[in-house]
Amino acid sequence: MSEAALGSDQAVPQRSAWSRLRPHLTGWAFAAPFVAIFAIFLAGPILASLVLSFTGFNIGNLQDWFSAEWVGLENYSDAFGDEKFRRAAQNTAVFVLFGVPLTLALGLAAAVGLNQALGRAQGFFRVGYYLPVVTSIVAIAVIWRYLLHPEWGLVNAGLAQVGLDGPNWLARTDTALGSIIALGVWRNFGFDMVIFLAALQGIDRTLYEAARVDGAGPWTIFRRITLPLLKPAVLFLAVITSSGYLQLFEEPFVMTGGGPLNSTLSVSMLVYEEGFRFVNFGYASAIAYILFVVIAALAFLQFRLLRSDQP
Amino acid sequence: MSTLDTARLAPAPLPVDTKKRPRGALAGRWWLYVLLLLGLLAVVGPFLWMFLASIKSQEELLRAPPTWVPESPSLSNYDRLFDRLDFPRYFWNSTFIAGMITLANLVFCSMVGYALAKLRFAGRDKIFLLVLGTLLVPGAVTLVPLFVLMSKLNLVDTPWAVILPVAAGPLGVFLMRQFMQEIPDDLLEAARVDGAGEVRIFTRIVIPLSVPALAALGIVTFLPAWNALLWPLVVLTGEENYTLPVALAIFARGQFQADYGLLMAGSVVLVVPVIIVFLLLQRRFTQSVAHTGLKG
Repeated sequence: MSEAALGSDQAVPQRSAWSRLRPHLTGWAFAAPFVAIFAIFLAGPILASLVLSFTGFNIGNLQDWFSAEWVGLENYSDAFGDEKFRRAAQNTAVFVLFGVPLTLALGLAAAVGLNQALGRAQGFFRVGYYLPVVTSIVAIAVIWRYLLHPEWGLVNAGLAQVGLDGPNWLARTDTALGSIIALGVWRNFGFDMVIFLAALQGIDRTLYEAARVDGAGPWTIFRRITLPLLKPAVLFLAVITSSGYLQLFEEPFVMTGGGPLNSTLSVSMLVYEEGFRFVNFGYASAIAYILFVVIAALAFLQFRLLRSDQP
Repeated sequence: MSTLDTARLAPAPLPVDTKKRPRGALAGRWWLYVLLLLGLLAVVGPFLWMFLASIKSQEELLRAPPTWVPESPSLSNYDRLFDRLDFPRYFWNSTFIAGMITLANLVFCSMVGYALAKLRFAGRDKIFLLVLGTLLVPGAVTLVPLFVLMSKLNLVDTPWAVILPVAAGPLGVFLMRQFMQEIPDDLLEAARVDGAGEVRIFTRIVIPLSVPALAALGIVTFLPAWNALLWPLVVLTGEENYTLPVALAIFARGQFQADYGLLMAGSVVLVVPVIIVFLLLQRRFTQSVAHTGLKG
């Protein structure tokens, strides 16, 4: 595609230095506002965060940045020795490990179901299922905290109807994280559903017909034709959903504050607390960088795993 | 798709056949619709609950078992929100911040998108690679350096601290570049031959042709800007600068922890503008999501 653009450009004869320079200047002029914002507020801070993570930067260094003390790898070794960080890392890993497959599975199930539904009904359900995806997680977390309330909440009232005694979901160490996983799946499966639905509708129907003629049942067709063809969608959603879930913050921040006993504390929450409650900027940067590396590594791994074994 | 095409090409009897099929399919699949409806109830139910709870009295909210339909509906929770608390102000802050972010992204991302898609210049491909490389960077990484930078620039506790860092997001650049690549080069070349400058070509040809992409960009920018919590929570320290999510999160954790009427009304105020926009543009929403997703 860049070849085509090149060809059309070279058709114009170039004479002076100005006319040779001109297209570059025009290009950079159009790119300039973005490049400036990108360099100052994204690329710069990403690098600065790495540097900060090797220092003991705190509130005293805000005016004179270079007065911060260089501590080498101390922040990192502190983090791996910190009981709280290990707990946060473990909680976040559990959230991703259960949340991502569940979200993808429910999204796929909903997409397959909707794909069978007729036109108008399909649009109706799609809008409904997508609704939580567009709404604020803060609002959703506030609503669900009320729904999960042990005495006044709708969930336990519903359980009581069928004779079950619901626990105090968010106040128990054995149910709090599970509740937050369920909430994440509930909120996000609509996104996966829309992507899967678009992918399903892009599959050539003659493939199904040919398989049916060959005597394949619906389950075989799903496993042998549909699933392999959905691989690009699965890859995309696995990467997007994992990187989103690894950044878990709003739900525990609003619903549990990380408790009880740090059982819902996430890595992003710890970055926030260390950075802005205890003002350990260097330490917070180190934790954030560990999270960054894990997100990048996981995305890379998913690409390798899902790309390599093509059918 | 392909069956439809063949049906259209085939002689008369076939279309009648395809029309009959759905009705039989519907009858045989009633359980599918029951399942889909139950799922819908589980998804939409909590929002319905939020609306109903927001017009209940405090006494009714703390009753076991809970009631669905409010006994004596009143707007007193909203009164408290708007009179005793500063929610009109938070609403305005949110609108201003999300509006400015969206506007800035529409302008800057379409400019750089055009440059990356249609102009030849040194460093172009490097810019695009950098854009792709930062798509997955978590917000937590830039949190601390951004705060340090903003305090140096004296922008802490101003809306600009929230607006500037996301005024031209990599996702928007990616989206606009992909879309603008589809614009035929001949069209731009013809304008160049006629003596039009790049600015004129951009504003008169490229932008009008990119309206669908701009709509998608507007949607995918406005939503996260309206809903954002982490960075605004860090950098907006004064109560008069809170956005709606910040205010709601802080009240939900602090002094109004058990004041569910107030919290539900606050959630309604935060959620309803988004729901209205979503319902108006829902086709565009899901399509733009599917497009950006599958092209990437």
